[in-house]
Amino acid sequence: MTITYNGEKTELADGTRLGDFLREKGYRPQIIAVEINLAIVPKSDYETVVLKEGDTLEVVSFMGGG
Amino acid sequence: MQMQEERKIPAREEIRSVRVKRHTQEVQEKLERAHVAIAGLGGLGSNISLSLLRIGVGHLHLIDMDEVDLSNINRQQYRLRQVGMLKTDALKEELLDIDPYADIKTTCVRIDETNMEELFAGADIVCEAFDDPVCKAMLVNFVLEKHPEKYIVAASGMAGYGKSNEIRTRQISDHFILCGDGTSEGHKGNGLMAPRVALAAAHEANAIVELIIDRL
Repeated sequence: MTITYNGEKTELADGTRLGDFLREKGYRPQIIAVEINLAIVPKSDYETVVLKEGDTLEVVSFMGGG
Repeated sequence: MQMQEERKIPAREEIRSVRVKRHTQEVQEKLERAHVAIAGLGGLGSNISLSLLRIGVGHLHLIDMDEVDLSNINRQQYRLRQVGMLKTDALKEELLDIDPYADIKTTCVRIDETNMEELFAGADIVCEAFDDPVCKAMLVNFVLEKHPEKYIVAASGMAGYGKSNEIRTRQISDHFILCGDGTSEGHKGNGLMAPRVALAAAHEANAIVELIIDRL
């Protein structure tokens, strides 16, 4: 299936779970915010949400500094 | 000294009328009604609060747990004589020097899961201006999950120098605006410096003004 991940078309295996995708990409859950189709995904749902064909996934990983 | 004592501070209405002249009555009323909470009073928060105060944003809530440290002076809007003061007190002092009539609330506290609800209850717009990425993510997730009626303006990536045009403002979703270059992390060898942090701060402040005028 194809999703849009941070603005890029990305091929994924059907049934990929969000938590697995984030781990594969090396994200640290404590410093990210995740939106699917413009809606925030609560951290408690990362392991249960399954990505679907056509989803728009935006992962913001915060850099230190301010 | 004699001269200074005789200098009169303009009346509240006088300050307001010059703002109205520049911004228009309609815009000024919107700015005056807005409640903005600024979480973190470092290079981002100190600059953002000064910008918002100058144009007359009505209600500012400044939140930070730290004292002014000598190492802050390279980029944060504090003075040597304020080193050791609480940032909330030092910044309020600076702001009141610019506009003595401003409504400025301060809270000296470490933000965590237990106090966020109360801290941000009165804010239309929450401004994330922390240094620590864990705090940044915690606050952004909190606002988006629990308060879809509020706006969150956050920043990520502004260390170093140069590359001015890589600092940008992105609308991630309807109520979530993110400023910065998204990649430049502050660390040894690529420290935070006044000009580039101020660029990111101006992006945040400008996004907040846009929300106040066009969305609230």
